[in-house]
Amino acid sequence: MAKLHISTTINGEPTEYLCAPDETMLDVLRNGLGLTGSKEGCGSGDCGACSITMDGRLVCACLVLAAEAEGSEIETIEGMADGEALHPLQQKFLEMAALQCGICTPGMLVAAKSLLEQNPNPTETEVRYWLAGNLCRCTGYDKIIRAVMDTAADMRGAA
Amino acid sequence: MTDTQYMAPQTLDEAVTAFAAGGEAARILAGGTDLLVQMGAGMVNPGVIVDVKKITELNSIEETADGGFVVGAAVAGAVLEEHPTFGKVWPGVLEGLNLIGSTQIQGRASLGGNLCNGSPAADGVPAMVAAGAVLTVQGPNGRRDIPVKDVPTGPGKTSLAPGEIAVCFTFPPRPAGSSDAYLRMIPRTEMDIAVVGVGVNLTMKDGVCTDASVGLGAVAPTVLLVEDAAKALIGSKLDAAALDAAAAACSAACNPIDDKRGTIAYRTKVAGVLLKRTAAIAAKRAAGV
Repeated sequence: MAKLHISTTINGEPTEYLCAPDETMLDVLRNGLGLTGSKEGCGSGDCGACSITMDGRLVCACLVLAAEAEGSEIETIEGMADGEALHPLQQKFLEMAALQCGICTPGMLVAAKSLLEQNPNPTETEVRYWLAGNLCRCTGYDKIIRAVMDTAADMRGAA
Repeated sequence: MTDTQYMAPQTLDEAVTAFAAGGEAARILAGGTDLLVQMGAGMVNPGVIVDVKKITELNSIEETADGGFVVGAAVAGAVLEEHPTFGKVWPGVLEGLNLIGSTQIQGRASLGGNLCNGSPAADGVPAMVAAGAVLTVQGPNGRRDIPVKDVPTGPGKTSLAPGEIAVCFTFPPRPAGSSDAYLRMIPRTEMDIAVVGVGVNLTMKDGVCTDASVGLGAVAPTVLLVEDAAKALIGSKLDAAALDAAAAACSAACNPIDDKRGTIAYRTKVAGVLLKRTAAIAAKRAAGV
């Protein structure tokens, strides 16, 4: 099969890769580029563990073809911390133990960051609906929701 | 392995040519939220994938001079939600689309994809049927318009001819005092497939319903336009008798399946209940409350 040559930007870095026409963005991130922070839970857009943003829009990497990324801006969990400095959401998830096994955590963080960028002051209901596509089988969600709410409050205070 | 090809043409003409040349193995990629799932499950193995997201006409939202809207078939739910006026004029159509899947799915899923996937339970479709929306398609033999209600012909089937691509939806201008609503019944609060879905489009004048249209989903092989329910509402003040008659018309129109989400008896009853609730929301919106 003829591979496609794709030029894109991932976490601010110009990136090129070869992909099969029917290969998903998630497979290229994980297997081709070694960016294994995005997880494959279901592979069908139900669990949100592979959440990334594409041109600023929150999407499931498993439901995007790698070929579609030509010329776009991709952000993954690997771009969330600034060097050694964790993003406030990452810091808060640690402090409040908003994770157990950790598989859903990258997707939760990417999705929560996307929410706070467009709504710095969400209600608890808004947080719960926004994250409804991110499944967690460990925590029961409560600590995650509280961590996002707390981070939002901190970030508003700091702004 | 497959020998799938991927292409993302800039123009509709190129897309039509490539899609028609690809024959039965060709697939249109808009948001991909159905196509990639089907590919992942091995249900389809496309010969050529025609990505239509670079074609302007399929990805723009236009408010026409007469107050109507033209919405590209590939416009994502989150994009339509951000439009400054569409959701004020057609709140029911928007809430139907926005009920599909999660935030992540909304970043990609489109009205065109939801309609052409052909699910009887498609949340984007009943309110479009009630709205009297018209789908414009383009294929090897040119362009034509199909009322949305006539697009689905059975589960997974549409009236689009081979090689035709969904281009855009036209929503008519609204008389004053008009609004719409969509409600679906699911056993939980989010992230599920409709057991019943009802779209109601109303025009109210001095408390009297002067025009109405009802779209009903998930209770028959296709989404239905329930004309008897509309007739029961038109001319009434949406009083209990009119709502009972419209609800009975919705229940009578049902031809559902029994499955794990709901029995035939349950779906049939809920269709009537939802009609009443949806009509109440649409009426409140039409009154500007």
